[in-house]
Amino acid sequence: MATKLPRKDVAIIGLGWTGSILAHQLTEAGLDVVAIERGPWRDTATDFSPAYMQDELRFRIAHEFFLRPAQASLTFRNNENQEALPVRSWGAFMLGNGAGGAGIHWNAETWRFLPTDFTARSHLTQRYGTEFLPKDMTIQDWGVTYDELEPHYDSFEYLCGTSGAAGNLKGAVQQGGNPFEGVRSRPYPTPPQKQGFGHTLFGKAAAELGYKPFPQPSGNLSEAYTNPLGVKMGPCTYCGYCEWFGCGNYSKASPQTTILPVLVRKSNFEARCECEVTRINLNAARDRATGVTYVDTSGNEWEQPADIVILAAFQLFNVQLLLLSGVGKMYDPKTGEGQIGRNFSHQTMSSATAFFDKTKFNFNPFIASGSIGMCIDEFNGDNFDHGPLGFVGGGYIGQVQTSGRPIENAQVPFDTPAWGAKWKQAVKDNYLSTIYAPSACHGSCYSYRTNHIDLDPTYKDRFGRPLIRMTMDLHDNELKMSAFLTDKYAEILQHMGANRVEKTPRKGPYDVTKYQTSHLCGGAIMGDNPNNSAVNRYLQSWDVPNLFVQGASAFPQNAGYNPTGTVGALAFWSAKAIKEQYLKNPGPLVHA
Amino acid sequence: MRKRRAVLCMSMALAAVGVVTACAYAAQDNQVARDSEDFSAIERGHYLTIVGDCAACHTGPDGKPLAGGRPIETPFGYLRSPNITPDRQTGIGQWSDDEFVSAMSKGVGRDGRHLYPGMPYTYYDKVDRKDLLAIRAYLQTIAPVRKAVDVNQLHFPFNIRASMIAWDALFFHPAPFKPKAEKSADWNRGAYLVEGLMHCGACHTPKNVLGADEASATFKGSPLQGWFAPNLTTDQAKGVGAWSDDDLITFLKTGHNRMADASGPMAEVVARSTSQMTDADLRAVTTYLRDQTPPPPSMATPLAPDDGAVKIGAAIYRDECSACHKADGHGVAGLFPALAHAPFVVSDDPTSLLHVVLRGGQSVATDAAPTSPAMPPFGWLLTDEQAAAVVTYIRNSWGNVASKVDADTVAHERADLAKRTD
Repeated sequence: MATKLPRKDVAIIGLGWTGSILAHQLTEAGLDVVAIERGPWRDTATDFSPAYMQDELRFRIAHEFFLRPAQASLTFRNNENQEALPVRSWGAFMLGNGAGGAGIHWNAETWRFLPTDFTARSHLTQRYGTEFLPKDMTIQDWGVTYDELEPHYDSFEYLCGTSGAAGNLKGAVQQGGNPFEGVRSRPYPTPPQKQGFGHTLFGKAAAELGYKPFPQPSGNLSEAYTNPLGVKMGPCTYCGYCEWFGCGNYSKASPQTTILPVLVRKSNFEARCECEVTRINLNAARDRATGVTYVDTSGNEWEQPADIVILAAFQLFNVQLLLLSGVGKMYDPKTGEGQIGRNFSHQTMSSATAFFDKTKFNFNPFIASGSIGMCIDEFNGDNFDHGPLGFVGGGYIGQVQTSGRPIENAQVPFDTPAWGAKWKQAVKDNYLSTIYAPSACHGSCYSYRTNHIDLDPTYKDRFGRPLIRMTMDLHDNELKMSAFLTDKYAEILQHMGANRVEKTPRKGPYDVTKYQTSHLCGGAIMGDNPNNSAVNRYLQSWDVPNLFVQGASAFPQNAGYNPTGTVGALAFWSAKAIKEQYLKNPGPLVHA
Repeated sequence: MRKRRAVLCMSMALAAVGVVTACAYAAQDNQVARDSEDFSAIERGHYLTIVGDCAACHTGPDGKPLAGGRPIETPFGYLRSPNITPDRQTGIGQWSDDEFVSAMSKGVGRDGRHLYPGMPYTYYDKVDRKDLLAIRAYLQTIAPVRKAVDVNQLHFPFNIRASMIAWDALFFHPAPFKPKAEKSADWNRGAYLVEGLMHCGACHTPKNVLGADEASATFKGSPLQGWFAPNLTTDQAKGVGAWSDDDLITFLKTGHNRMADASGPMAEVVARSTSQMTDADLRAVTTYLRDQTPPPPSMATPLAPDDGAVKIGAAIYRDECSACHKADGHGVAGLFPALAHAPFVVSDDPTSLLHVVLRGGQSVATDAAPTSPAMPPFGWLLTDEQAAAVVTYIRNSWGNVASKVDADTVAHERADLAKRTD
């Protein structure tokens, strides 16, 4: 029996990037906010100490910062003919946990999507005709445009101090930036990061081949920065321990380094950590959230009434809580009805490993950051003609080697023995002279009728609730695109002077054990009417108007970029709508 | 009304014995304090309790404001701060104004009992009666808390209160603050605050064996609760002589400036007190503190780079410290303190430096500087010899000159820290 707590104006589920942004925006608006976080409180000096953070075994291999599958997991299958089985160790993606969420362990690549990414279906059908898209591809327009999001991309970048080179400033294409990017209203807050030898060489080779390379926009900062909230960040030290790790130098943008220090000083904010929300409570008509119910580590159950509920968990758990709480209707791939769980997507990553002559090339790969690198955007989105190619989508391509961490970076040519003296010799021969950037081709992942999330009929979590079930496979469109991007990347590596380039385009079927970014998207997508989406353009639930669902679960399909910049922009956009529209007139913000 | 009449009578009686001026002053002050509705006196009293940082000592671990119970560490054992809420049984609700003023400025409490100088009455004798009564007026307005506190937990013979009669006779000669006519109003305001309510010397002036201030060494720094309260003199290297006025003001206002970040006990002082003081008062404090004759610059030279400890320390520094504090020891303004030309680094007493190396520390968060960056502990990683080497290197690099720190000193500090739960 849950103990009922005093009412709050706002209950936020999850204190990662979006939860922190919403908490800050809504406390600034004078609301009384509680954030309920499943994992522990985390703090830079206490939890990310630079005295021990560079421990690849502990944090990368043993997953110290991540959710433990024993606490919450999912089942997986490639298609409806298979029986889904539980995931007992994370593989294809990593699930964050605790204050800061995935914002502590990300690599901090801070991209904007292309303007045409937000109008994917209408743009592609207009350019290539309605028959060009595969029959079962279910991509759609977002219901929000790049121009509408631009001020909010800007807010997120200035919150984070993002280091980069503008490519299109108020319509004027800038030398050295990404010429394909949407119009930006002002430059990045800090200049680009310095580039290592391998990254620089890639940029040079790309330019020689006629591309327009530019430095990857980075949330690992090139210089000290004070954000608009007054929070200070330090310059990145290029230690190369970003993704999977917390930054001990206050250099990587995270809720800890940008928002939480201000939030914890507010009397109208409270964080309750190690408290897992088990459901969003609805009224009898299921058209209004009355609050949330959560369980603490002692097993006590608490009911937190609230006027507004912000669902700001990771994509999978957003979808799970919607399904378990009975918000909206679960998607059925057979009939196409229901919106919760529909249009699940990921990221189609591929790469190539380039081995160079060790007597001529020493890349010092350990000098790096999570978002270092030189990139090209010629093959992203619809920046190129897909007509002759027979697929849609694309991705940025870049030499984005983020570390020289020894376990992951012991790369050897494929014909080397897997162990023994010859393997050791090959590691020695190649460690300093190999370019290995697993996410070099950052391919989009479009959505399909069959890729979706629902509730597992067999497996339950510790509360007896059904686990979420992921049904996911790669489609020909993505595999063709991945092969194409990988070829383009390999050409540039070859032009750099590699002795040998081994291509690893993404192959099907989708493998839940192989890491391919943590960019899970969709399942509670945004759109322009309740028949094609779970939330409206302001991330407000169509079914429960005092519920706002943040994060990449709103992406109708994933673009060829890392999603966090767009996740942050959407959070600011949604917060603005709540503050300026919803609070004045609580109710549906869009009537469709 | 009856009380006011009594005061009037008392004033008249005093006037009769010829203390005309003092009496008129006192009567006027008493009127201020007697009026429990005097909003401006209460407001001023509130501000003055912030300036005096009363809450730092008088708020205990239970967090009830000013209800006492915080252990106050002295070389002679512990005191627990008393309850100064207006509770009539366990607080000071029954005290008369004169009893309050006597406790504050004479160190003699109700019923003639002598206070321990853990309560800085040796500074508060400089505070105007008018200000003391404003503090009193404010304290009467806060929520009473019923909480009895056993104040005296000192070792023999200091646990005998009467011993303080002798102590006072030796070290305490109450005298009101006398403005210096040749100094500016700003300077005098600063002197009044620093030597009075702010009681800066209570931590920053070295003590003799009986715990009294060494008058000859004012502001030269003193050990304090596992730290070393740094030198506030205008010494270029060991004091704050190299800081600009704005550096000092910014530090007091925000807890941070381009070189330093307040941590340890000073973090608390900034959070509760100086960050909430007016800009005018902080400027006055600075004006006063800066008006000291600096000692002649030291001619000492740093240890040679090929000194064994310096060499080992340099390697450890590069691996463990330079990412934040930078190879040149200049740190990052407002985030990672500069170690070059830092008074706490070259202090003769390396306690604070060892404290942060071994145990780490969190700098203060203020509204103006909310980041609150922290130093992680390295005590688990470095042996006594390694910690000694790295601090010796830091104390002798980038223009710093200071004595070598040996492993025994580190071991001693480590053992002391192990006893501390704070």
